[in-house]
Order: sequence, then structure tokens, then C-alpha cells
Amino acid sequence: MLLSQLPNGAHAFVSGVFAGSADVGAATLQRLGELGFIEGEPVQLLRRGPGGREPLAVQVGETLFALRLLEANCINVRLTEI
Amino acid sequence: MTLEQYSLATAAIKKIALVGNPNCGKTALFNLLTGARQKVANYAGVTVERKVGTAHLPQGQSISVVDLPGTYSLSPATPDEQVTLDVIEGKRAGEDAPDVLVAVVDATNLRMNLRLVLELKRLGKPMLVAVNMADVARQQGLKLDLPRLALELGCPVVETVAIKQGGHTALLAQLETTLAALQELPPTPVAQIDAASPAELQREVRRILALVAPLAPAKGRFQYRLDALVMHPVWGLLILAAVLFLIFQAVFSWANLPMDAIKNVMSAVGDWTLAHMDEGPLRSLLVDGVIAGVGGVLVFLPQILILFFFILLLEDSGYLPRAAFLLDNLMGKVGLSGRAFIPLLSSFACAIPGIMATRTIANWKDRLATIMVAPLMTCSARLPVYALLIGAFVPERDIGWFSLRGLTLFGLYVAGVVSAMGVAWVFKRVWMKSSYQPLMLELPPYRVPSLRNLGLGLWERARIFLRRVGGIIFALMVILWFLSTFPGPPAGWEPSQGPAIQYSLAGILGHALQWVFAPIGFNWQISIALVPGMAAREVAVGALGTVYALSAADKSVADALSPVIAQGWSLATAYSLLAWFVFAPQCLSTLAVVRRETNSWRYPVLMATYLFALAYAASFVTYRVTLWLGA
Repeated sequence: MLLSQLPNGAHAFVSGVFAGSADVGAATLQRLGELGFIEGEPVQLLRRGPGGREPLAVQVGETLFALRLLEANCINVRLTEI
Repeated sequence: MTLEQYSLATAAIKKIALVGNPNCGKTALFNLLTGARQKVANYAGVTVERKVGTAHLPQGQSISVVDLPGTYSLSPATPDEQVTLDVIEGKRAGEDAPDVLVAVVDATNLRMNLRLVLELKRLGKPMLVAVNMADVARQQGLKLDLPRLALELGCPVVETVAIKQGGHTALLAQLETTLAALQELPPTPVAQIDAASPAELQREVRRILALVAPLAPAKGRFQYRLDALVMHPVWGLLILAAVLFLIFQAVFSWANLPMDAIKNVMSAVGDWTLAHMDEGPLRSLLVDGVIAGVGGVLVFLPQILILFFFILLLEDSGYLPRAAFLLDNLMGKVGLSGRAFIPLLSSFACAIPGIMATRTIANWKDRLATIMVAPLMTCSARLPVYALLIGAFVPERDIGWFSLRGLTLFGLYVAGVVSAMGVAWVFKRVWMKSSYQPLMLELPPYRVPSLRNLGLGLWERARIFLRRVGGIIFALMVILWFLSTFPGPPAGWEPSQGPAIQYSLAGILGHALQWVFAPIGFNWQISIALVPGMAAREVAVGALGTVYALSAADKSVADALSPVIAQGWSLATAYSLLAWFVFAPQCLSTLAVVRRETNSWRYPVLMATYLFALAYAASFVTYRVTLWLGA
């Protein structure tokens, strides 16, 4: 599933980064990797901005980032098994 | 010291460079090493240009220290990150590559910071690692096995606490050892490397972390409960509004006492000069030019310091990126990148650092749009103008919890922001047609603002302001006094024919400019004041002080401009001038910085034109509407 589809508060692991939309170039994908959106890293979607859509506050590893919906749509995650 | 040792010490000053992720404390460490006072704050992207200073090693050797903009990787995405790579590789014109790299890492976030360290390692340059914020890591119960880390990385590792006096002792000692070892080796060229994939690096980081920090920390890096409130869709926005309100209230209500004190001193100095000097040009220069002009600007120092007190507090706490998070929807709607928020916020202090800070925006068009609207953020140089006019024309009255004056000031700031949004929208939708912009903004952990940092920041602000007052503002006041005094009135002139200033060069210029400005309600005194205001906006206030002091029959108005304009101007004129300064196109230094940052005359010219047009239109509408409403 996509990172953007996680409910608020959900924990997951990154399974990959891909071009989720024609607007997103290779540079953005590269940057997402450099920020820590790397296969196997733990993520938590903490909350969404006013309006409940974007931006998304996402903790990856030990770092917290604000992402817009389009970036979040480029990140595949798998839910943590309970 | 033998001759040989002496020549070694002086032969070439060794150079080290501080490299690391954004917001890991490089600049704080730089300040500690060099005694410099570069700005530090708790968000990514404060340093956008490299800074150089000198540090002294324990045995007396001097080394050159370079502070570099933070970067997430060695493949630069933004202009500031490009600076970092160029300096490391020695590609920057006229600058040698550093001899030693100091990789600064945030001890509480090795998981991210070590990736860059591993990338740097592959360059093959002499390197050492400074594990910064070691104190915070300990507080969080994080146990790091530093000898093990040094072993795994294959380079020396030291602990630093950049915000504490003496927190860099271990680093200095290690630098001495590393540099001494370097003397025997030939300088190493930068190895040509293929970029490592982040996934590869992260595998290595996980392996190292498992050895260095096998136990999870007792506490995490983030204060989730505070974030739940501050970033809440409703409460968060309310808190943001309350914080901004408090700032503008404080600017007016806390500043009264010190402002009155400065006013009293100025008027005492003026009276003393009047009493102890003979009537003549020199006395007029001192009283009407220097005391009325310079003193008129100096009065606003307390208000500017109060504003900066809050700005520094917000910067240091880590609140600003959260505010950017809350307002990102709005920024996105007008087509600005969420990353534009912090450059725009810096512009409330002054548009120049704000425009420099746009270097953290990767996309060029996006950056350009941010640069173009930055001057619409009300800079602190406009505060004296606003404060003078509000003080003269808005009655001291309370509406509920708020004072009317604070509300008016708040309204003027909002007017600036709203027009910036409008202009950005037009630029992006009509002119640039650009679509989606990424955000990817790091939200750092909160920090308790450091008193030392706050004190230094305020002191720095006061110094900048006083230097402006003593330098450019003083010089302009003297020039203006000459222009307003000579040539004198013709022989046989009587005071009943009008003030002598009318015959002077400035008087003639003011009357000529009035053809342009009369439709928006400006009299000739205001028209004169706008001209020197191009060099620094606050000068407009000082210039009004000088012009009115010279045109008054009674010579005692030097210290009290406010009541004079309150009597002399209509409400419509005052509102019109306020509207003018919301846009205030006249700031030559801003235009010069835009020229430098965009490398073209096209954009500063475009900026000046659109700002002038907007200012004129806004003043015209304000003036006419106020007149029509019968004020």
C-alpha cells in the first residue's frame, strides 16, 4: 500500500520508492531516498495537516518530515504485523 | 621552537571544513571554534553560504575553519548544497580544498547522519567525526560506544557539545593530532567515486548501529504530546494565531517605557544644544538634522528588539517548521512551495536574508516566485514608519483584550502577507505555469531556547540597527539637512510667506514630486521623505523629522514629530502612507541582492516596477475611499 493510504498513527516499513505520478521527477525520488525513505526503514504516519489531506507528518527512522500528498504517493509501505 | 618547526607552522594555514546534515549544529560548533557569531536556529537551512573563520589549537597553531551549508547527501539538490560539494572538492574558484573534513553528526540521529558520513568517507580525504549534541543524547538515555564507532568508520571520533563553553576541547585536541600526522603525507586528491545508493549506505548504517548503540534509548527524540497539540488542525492554528497576536501586542505595549526614555533623552539633548549654542547653521544642523532625524529613528529600537526577541525565540525552539506544516495548504494553493515559508518568515526581519534563504528551494521558478514576494513581508525597517503613523493617528483604545494599535499593526502585517499570496498566485498561474512543488521539510525536535543565543542575537540586532543609525541614516540626514537648508530664502523674506525650506533644493524637489504624489494624498514633505527612504526605509521617518523641524516656525518640534503630523495631516493621507509602505518599493539593497541572486537585471527591475505600481494603486484607493467615507 501507499504511505499516503496509512491511517494517522499507523506504523509500517518502507518497501520501495517509485514514480507515483508524472509530475514527480527522478530528482525528487533520489531525494526521498537520501532523506531516509529506504527499503526496510520503519515509518510512522503521525498526522495530517488542517483539512485532513496534506501535508503528512511522517517519521522515518529517527527523523520527522512533512511531505505533500504527491511525495507520499511515491512511497510503498507494508504494515507492521502485529 | 626551532626554525624548522616555525616554518612548518606558518608555511600554510591548514584548512578544515565542517560538513554534516542540516540542523546538526555545525554553525554552533563553528561559532564555538572561531568565536564568530553566525546565526544559529532550530531548523534546516540557516546557513546558505560558506563561512570562514580562524581557530587556535591548544599548542598555538592557527587553522582556518569553513562552515558549510547542511546537506543530506553528496548529490546536491539545491543551490546551498551545491556550495558544500564545490568547497569539499576544491572546485570553488580561488579556494583550495580543505585539508581535513570534520563530519558533524547529531548524536540523537545517527541513523540518518551516518549515511552522509559514509558517503564522505568514500571521498578518501583525511576526516574525523564530531558526535555533536552528546549531552542531549545522554539525557535521552542513549548509550553510544564511540571507540567502536571509530573502529567501524576507520577514522577518529570525538564528542562535542556545541552549545556549551568548552564543549569542543576534545575536537581541538584531535585536530592537532590529525593535522600533525598530515604533515608527513602528501595532500590526497578527492577520489572519483560512483554515487552510492542510499539503500546500500543504510545497510551499512544499520550494521554499525547494531554494534555502536545496541540498546534503544529510554526516550525518543520527539515530544509527541506537544506535537499533538501544536500540529493539531484546530488547536495548532489557534496557537499560531495567538502567538502572532501576542507579538504585535507586545511590540506596542512593552515598548512604551524605554521609548519614552529615549525620547526624553533626545529632547533634553536638543534643548541643551539650543540653550548652549548660538543661533546659526551649525546649531540647526545638530538640532534639526541630527537630533530630529537620527533621534526620530532611534526611538524605535525597543520595538525592533521586542519583535526580534520573539522571532529568535520561535527560531530556536523548532516551532517554525511546525507553523510551515500548518500553513502548507495555503502556500500550496497559491503555488508556493512549503519550503518558501521559512525564507518568507526571515523576510519579516529583513528581505535580504530572506532572499538569500531561498537558496534552500530546489526548483528555480519556485525560488524566483518566493524571491519576488519576499519584499511584501513587512520588514523590521518598516516598523518605525508604521509605529509613527499608528501612534499619531490611531487612538489608544482597547477592544476586548486587544489594543486598537496592536490590532492595526497586525492588520498591516496581514495586508502584506495577503498581497504576497495574491502576487505569488498571479506569478505562478499566469506567468510561470508551473505545477506541483515538493515539500519534504524536516521537522526538528523541540529545544529549549538558549538564553545565550537569544542574548547574542538581540545584541547583534541592536548593533546592526545602531550601525545603520550611526552610518547611513546619519549621513543621509546630514545630506538632507543641507538640501533642505540651501539655498536660503531670497532677501526680504518674511516668515509669513511660508517656511524657508520651500526655497531650498529639497523644497523644490518635494514640490516637483508632488505632481506625482498629490493624487494619493501625499504633501510635499512626505514626497521629500520618500527619496532618502530608498536607501533605508526607516530614513523616511528621520527625514520627516528633519523636514518638519526645518519648516516649523517654532523650533521646539525636534523631539515630537508625532503630534505635529497628527495635527497637520488628514486621516486619509496617513492611511494612504500606511498603504504605501505595505508595498514600499524603495529599498535599494533588496534590489541589489535580487540582482545578485538571480544574476540578471530583469528581475529587480520587474520587482521594483510591480511594487511601485501596487503601492501607488493601493495608496490611491485607500486615499480616495477614506476621503469618500468623509474622514
